[in-house]
Amino acid sequence: MAVLSVEGLTTNYKTLRGWVRAAEDISFEVEQGEAMGLAGESGCGKSTVALSLLKILPPGGKIRKGKILLSGQDLVPLSEKEMRKIRWKGISIVFQGAMNALNPVFKVGDQIAEAIKTHEPKVADSEVRERVAKLLETVGIEPSRANNYPHEFSGGMRQRALIAMALAADPSVVVADEPGTALDVIVQAQILRLLRDLKDRLGLSMILISHDLSIIAETCEKVAIMYAGRIVEYGDAVTIFKDPKHPYTQGLIKAFPSIKGEKVRLTSIPGSPPDLLNPPAGCRFNPRCPFVMDVCKRVEPILEEHGDKGHTVSCHLYH
Amino acid sequence: MDSKISTIDQNDTSSELPPQMGADEVLRVENLRKWYPLRRGFVETLFSKNEMNVKAVDLVSFSLKRGEIFALAGESGSGKTTLGKVLLRLVDPTSGSIFFHGKDITKLTQRELKPLRREMQIIFQDPFESLNPRMIIKEIVAEPLRVQKVAKSEAEVEERVKQVLTEVEIVPPEEFLYRFPHELSGGQRQRVAVARAFILNPSFVVADEPVSMLDVSIRAEVVNLMIDMVKKHSASIIFISHDLALAKHIADRVAVMYLGKVMELSTSEKVVDGPLHPYTQALIAAVPVPDPESKRTKDVISGEIPSPVDPPSGCRFRTRCPYAHERCSTEEPPLIEAEKDHFVACHLYT
Ligand SMILES: Nc1ncnc2c1ncn2[C@@H]1O[C@H](COP(=O)(O)OP(=O)(O)OP(=O)(O)O)[C@@H](O)[C@H]1O
Ligand SMILES: Nc1ncnc2c1ncn2[C@@H]1O[C@H](COP(=O)(O)OP(=O)(O)OP(=O)(O)O)[C@@H](O)[C@H]1O
Ligand SMILES: [Mg+2]
Ligand SMILES: [Mg+2]
Repeated sequence: MAVLSVEGLTTNYKTLRGWVRAAEDISFEVEQGEAMGLAGESGCGKSTVALSLLKILPPGGKIRKGKILLSGQDLVPLSEKEMRKIRWKGISIVFQGAMNALNPVFKVGDQIAEAIKTHEPKVADSEVRERVAKLLETVGIEPSRANNYPHEFSGGMRQRALIAMALAADPSVVVADEPGTALDVIVQAQILRLLRDLKDRLGLSMILISHDLSIIAETCEKVAIMYAGRIVEYGDAVTIFKDPKHPYTQGLIKAFPSIKGEKVRLTSIPGSPPDLLNPPAGCRFNPRCPFVMDVCKRVEPILEEHGDKGHTVSCHLYH
Repeated sequence: MDSKISTIDQNDTSSELPPQMGADEVLRVENLRKWYPLRRGFVETLFSKNEMNVKAVDLVSFSLKRGEIFALAGESGSGKTTLGKVLLRLVDPTSGSIFFHGKDITKLTQRELKPLRREMQIIFQDPFESLNPRMIIKEIVAEPLRVQKVAKSEAEVEERVKQVLTEVEIVPPEEFLYRFPHELSGGQRQRVAVARAFILNPSFVVADEPVSMLDVSIRAEVVNLMIDMVKKHSASIIFISHDLALAKHIADRVAVMYLGKVMELSTSEKVVDGPLHPYTQALIAAVPVPDPESKRTKDVISGEIPSPVDPPSGCRFRTRCPYAHERCSTEEPPLIEAEKDHFVACHLYT
């Protein structure tokens, strides 16, 4: 059984101008020890999915439909009190924005200690200190640096500290939202390697969120491509990068300049992503799609298997 | 600022003469430096004779050919933005010289620079910040015309604005003239910034990370537009980007900077496909590849970029370099032509 199985998750934000349809009918599964990449451009709903999994949506954000099954248990109906037992231990998150996600007025070690104590209030202080030291070591920070404040850390170290915090309660699923994105490419590569090592070493299940397809390609076994609040293509990473089916996935892959291969003129997808307050009818990608047909403007396509087993695509071209 | 120059050791400049490029050059800089003095407490100043400086740009020399797309790459804090601003004299250099179309502009006053300003333009990273939110598109694009007083009539202003908006595919221009920046998409805003930069037909443009804030799916169209405008106007452009993959595809030549210095400089193919400097090699190895079957366990060098206030002695990269040897800590490697048209600052090649 999958460690995490999301079925038809729909999360919207209530605003004065109406519902922002940020995540609609999202389904995916993450197996034990597997990394799934959630890819898509800014504003397509990636963080909304992440925050929904932990039920820590900002005011206005509401899960309107669907199930989030963690080892078979549905989290959607759980109360806030019950969710507190799940957070950090069942599912933990490395928040987007490494530079600001730590509290500037507390020592880094104390912030990690807090994450441990929230879950295990009875653990002795000396043991907490030991575990903090061990966690820091695990993520490649000299344990003596526990006494530093966040501003005394470089960007890469702050990102590592956030990963240590996410590991504090020994979770079964870790969600990493844009890890390393604001960091330099060398430091980013160090962070991604750390995440892969941790996954292999601790048998973690991971959801890696990124707007950068290359990062997902290098880190994940499985990929879900999101566009305007919906998953448009889902499956095994090798299949999707080798043989993308959805016109959006095809366009996105081509828009990424690769450092390997011939010098080419880059291509883009004409137009820009829609306003999620009022997304286009039918397929949300239809105004930008080079293969648009009549049906695309009327009927919303559903994710269906196409070609290889487990490779699903939501596009009228195939169904 | 001038008083600072005397405190700088000029002895080591002789080795870094610029690569000779011939007459068709738009810009040439020689031994350019920008040091920002570090503000310190009164007591510290009393007891320490040494000036503390952020060596943002340190002895950089190169030249730019007519029509050339020249990329400046390197990690955050390596001095790319500072160099771009110094080239345009938006920031005064600490020492060194800047020649623009053969004329030494290093010491010109802002007033003397004004007529040259129509020849040089800048495009910033963030189209949300760089366009005045209270101005309509027509006025934003017309601003350089008005500052330089080149249009004879209001009708001519409008005509030229419409023409350049059409060039950047903000069409039909009439529909956009009276809109505000927030009524445009990110890509459209950056097109407007490009229109403003090109309205005076400049010969030299600095674009500072012009697409890094844009969605991936629309980056290419803005990049391609900039390349087309550069070619069409026979301008030269310095394209600042930390993204070497992007630099490879668009630039004629690439300079890789580290802690204020150019470490490697050559054609984009040579730098990216056959990097000589261990730093460039490390950068390229770290760039993720959109192919899940590529080698996942690649070598990543450790550590992060040191402080530019007190950079490592000798070669600045030595603290992270897998090939560092004794000489690297005592002697600063000069930028030399290791292969034809391929310049590198590394003791492995000297
Ligand atoms: N609190 C909120 N209230 C209303 N709308 C919101 C709120 N938070 C996010 N949204 C909207 O929901 C959509 C999805 O946002 P989300 O942050 O999930 O995107 P994302 O894919 O994580 O983007 P990014 O790559 O920029 O982090 C966007 O259109 C956004 O404007
Ligand atoms: N006005 C200033 N005063 C003092 N130091 C400065 C100033 N501007 C830049 N610096 C310093 O100079 C160094 C080079 O900065 P610069 O912004 O040129 O780098 P960059 O390569 O453009 O980096 P990024 O990729 O982050 O934009 C940095 O250490 C920076 O902190
Ligand atoms: Mg996000
Ligand atoms: Mg910069």
